[in-house]
Amino acid sequence: MALMDLANPTRFLALSGRVLPWLSGLALATLAIGFLLAFRAPADYQQGETVKIMYIHVPFAWLAMFGYSMLAASALGILVWRHPLADVAHKAMAPIGAVFAFLCLFTGSLWGRPMWGTYWVWDARLTSMLVLLLLYLGLLALRSAIEDPNQAGRAAAVLSLVGFVNVPIVKFSVDWWNTLHQPASVFRMDGPTIHSSLLWPLLICALGFTLLMLALHMAAMRNEIHRRRLRVLEARAAAEAAYA
Amino acid sequence: MFGEHGFFILACYGVSALALGGLALWIILDGRSVRRRLNEMEARGVRRRSAGRSDA
Repeated sequence: MALMDLANPTRFLALSGRVLPWLSGLALATLAIGFLLAFRAPADYQQGETVKIMYIHVPFAWLAMFGYSMLAASALGILVWRHPLADVAHKAMAPIGAVFAFLCLFTGSLWGRPMWGTYWVWDARLTSMLVLLLLYLGLLALRSAIEDPNQAGRAAAVLSLVGFVNVPIVKFSVDWWNTLHQPASVFRMDGPTIHSSLLWPLLICALGFTLLMLALHMAAMRNEIHRRRLRVLEARAAAEAAYA
Repeated sequence: MFGEHGFFILACYGVSALALGGLALWIILDGRSVRRRLNEMEARGVRRRSAGRSDA
């Protein structure tokens, strides 16, 4: 099946209906294995047991950026190809990405209190991640503020493309500025700097959360397609009632 | 269990579980509500033009 064939709402519903239960089950199983390994992993020599927070904080940070990148890709689909499924994908991702961005900030803040002595500092990494959360919330507010769904979709697409400039800023902020937040320790040119006993549980947790995000996104997309069909039927019923 | 910083660790995992569980529940309930309303409309005889030839 060609990739473009999937970009049809009816085919997407049929395929996602078959894939979603397996994807959800795989996500939960991967997370269960990840947490089992994470809670059996040794304490870090500097962070002690608070390193356990990293097994959720780091995936939340990666996925908040991944979710926004998917928003930007969907925005291209809306503005360039005007594809309805791109708008569905865009609308479905915004609340999910917002939750992951919030959890990244929340868990990072609770990790910072015992490790840095403060819940928050206005350094480049933390501030750019807060901007990412505000962008997600802005997209949700923008869609709900514009009544016409097509106009709302295009406006949200433009905002998400403009806001995408913040994603590399989040990623490279620790390299470009002198920050309290530590530099990258997994995705580096010279390889990870984390010991394998901590790295593997982190990667498995990250895979589990990625599968969970994809499953939530797929389910939210299915809801949005059904909602649009319902809107069409309601409009038709109202028109028929008016002519009767 | 987690030493002197147990509160911070448990709070992180607890709030994350609540937030993600709440998000999943919201999506599931939203889906049920929309599909129930769709079924009601179709039971009243209101159908999409393409429903007969392309619906899964």
